[in-house]
Amino acid sequence: MSEKHHIIPVWFFVGVMLLAYGILILISGLSEWSNPPNTVLANLHAPVWWGGLLTIIGAAYVLSFRPK
Amino acid sequence: MTTDRMISLAPVDLAIIVLYFLMVLGIGFYLRKFAQSGEDFFLAGREMTAWVAGLSFLSANLGSLELLGWAGASYQYGILAAHWYWVGAIPAMLFLGIVMMPFYYISKTHSVPGYLQLRYGPAASGLSAISFALMTILMSGVNMYAMAVIMKVVLGWNIHFSIWVSSLTVGIYVASGGLFSAIFNEVLQFFLIWFGALLIPILGLIETHGWDGLVARIKSNFPGQDFTHAWSTLGSAQDNPMGMHWTGIVFGLGAIISMGYWTTDFLVVQRVLAAKDLRSAKLAPIIGSFFKMAVPLIVIVPGLIGLAVLPEHLVPQGSAIAGQHTYDEVLPLMMARYMGPGLLGLGITALVAGFMAGMAGNVSAFATVWTYDLYRPFMRKSAPDAHYVSMGRWCTIIGLIISIGAAYLAMGFTSIMDYVQALFSFFIAPLFGTVILGMLWKRTTAAGGFAGLFAGTLSSIGMFLIVKFNPEALALIAMSTHAKAMAEDMYRALWSWLICVLVTVVVSLMTKPKPASELEGLVYGVTAIPSEGHVPLTQKPIFWAGVAAALFVVLQYIFW
Repeated sequence: MSEKHHIIPVWFFVGVMLLAYGILILISGLSEWSNPPNTVLANLHAPVWWGGLLTIIGAAYVLSFRPK
Repeated sequence: MTTDRMISLAPVDLAIIVLYFLMVLGIGFYLRKFAQSGEDFFLAGREMTAWVAGLSFLSANLGSLELLGWAGASYQYGILAAHWYWVGAIPAMLFLGIVMMPFYYISKTHSVPGYLQLRYGPAASGLSAISFALMTILMSGVNMYAMAVIMKVVLGWNIHFSIWVSSLTVGIYVASGGLFSAIFNEVLQFFLIWFGALLIPILGLIETHGWDGLVARIKSNFPGQDFTHAWSTLGSAQDNPMGMHWTGIVFGLGAIISMGYWTTDFLVVQRVLAAKDLRSAKLAPIIGSFFKMAVPLIVIVPGLIGLAVLPEHLVPQGSAIAGQHTYDEVLPLMMARYMGPGLLGLGITALVAGFMAGMAGNVSAFATVWTYDLYRPFMRKSAPDAHYVSMGRWCTIIGLIISIGAAYLAMGFTSIMDYVQALFSFFIAPLFGTVILGMLWKRTTAAGGFAGLFAGTLSSIGMFLIVKFNPEALALIAMSTHAKAMAEDMYRALWSWLICVLVTVVVSLMTKPKPASELEGLVYGVTAIPSEGHVPLTQKPIFWAGVAAALFVVLQYIFW
């Protein structure tokens, strides 16, 4: 992003944020697998696949845009 | 803290919120060393790529006030609310990218009042700078107050705690990194909002068995009312829940309010001015337009799902009794319905990020307009660059302190958003007339520009006051006695724009124009637009503008 300043690209920070949130949500979803919260469609275990998706996207961004 | 709340957070949710605060503060401190010159602090060094500028451009408008307000509006008015994302945005964003951006970018201005200074001189520029400064501070305060109220209703947090923690955080990171910080945070917010809110339409459409099931459930819950057609009910103001005729949507919203907002509101234009070259600056709003078209999925569809699945009927603000929820609470209600621990933290963080980005965007715009368009031309003309950067940092803090005052002031009003909407129609609609005539017609003079802007603003405030004191005048201004506040705003904007244009043209024809040599780089016809170079078709802004326009037409057909 920056030619003049050599700032770490914003996409790296996006990746770190998504990766951290993905891991937290995935762990939270797995821990409540057998005792899901009292929400509609809890049987779909949305935190597990949504947390997994965030983890994958976050990791991809971190790897692609990590400071050299 | 009170226990009267809609949602309870688990430790993992709190961890997600705290992590967000730590992250934005860390980024603010990291960026401080890069924001040392005026161009760095106020224009993020003019080195943003088209994608960063485009997402930031869109995010500056995708605050939580928007999310909650438009989700509530879609519960109240149905899919008509999507017009604010489609006809009320896309044509204007494409027009900004293709037609107007070259003039803003080539003139190397820091701001929209800065452009007016070059084109019309200090009178028109000063008038618009003062109105911008007022509007940004008021909007920042309203964002702060709205966030505090939502945090109280949804989570039971103390109002003062929310106001002070959020302002302190925004103050630190914007005063540190200037527009760099604001843009970085807006890009983070863009991802947070999409990942935090997208699960609601996904799970909602699974619950209702798709779009057809959703429409069937709404029809059964609200018999005789049409919430799912965007155009077919606009033939008469009596046939739709908004009391709007299609002329209000097409001419008031599409041609004036939206053109004015997206092309002259400095808060959004400032993001595009930060682009690294002209092609990126032209592409940025076009990239933003694709995402803008998709935003109804996370804002309008949740409101419609609320109409379909909520057992209770929500009520307008101010008429809720104990146990009832208002329209604006539909998004938090949907979050509580579908999101458990972890996901809830992500959704709440998205809202907090949206509010804070709204404050940050407004205070960074305030700092720029104050420093470059009021302080420098009218108080201290020549000072070292470092002096203006220091002024910008102090203005950020002072702007936030005034915003906190505005937030506490907002507590005294029951319908502050009505006044904010009215403020937009006072200042933005006539300003669009002044800027567009200045860019496209070289005969426009300084006296014409100022007189038109002044007359347009004055007539808009006048129409607002006339309807306040004599509600029967609404039939004359909004062309229907069924018009709601939203429809009144659209027509008031249309008339004030026409008055601005008329006065500008008449006064310009009576006064002496600037010679063409002084208009180079500012006006169509006397400016050589730099070539974008020999790039493939798929890298040309005009190609992607065409694709966006086609997609826009298809969406109108699908939801006609």
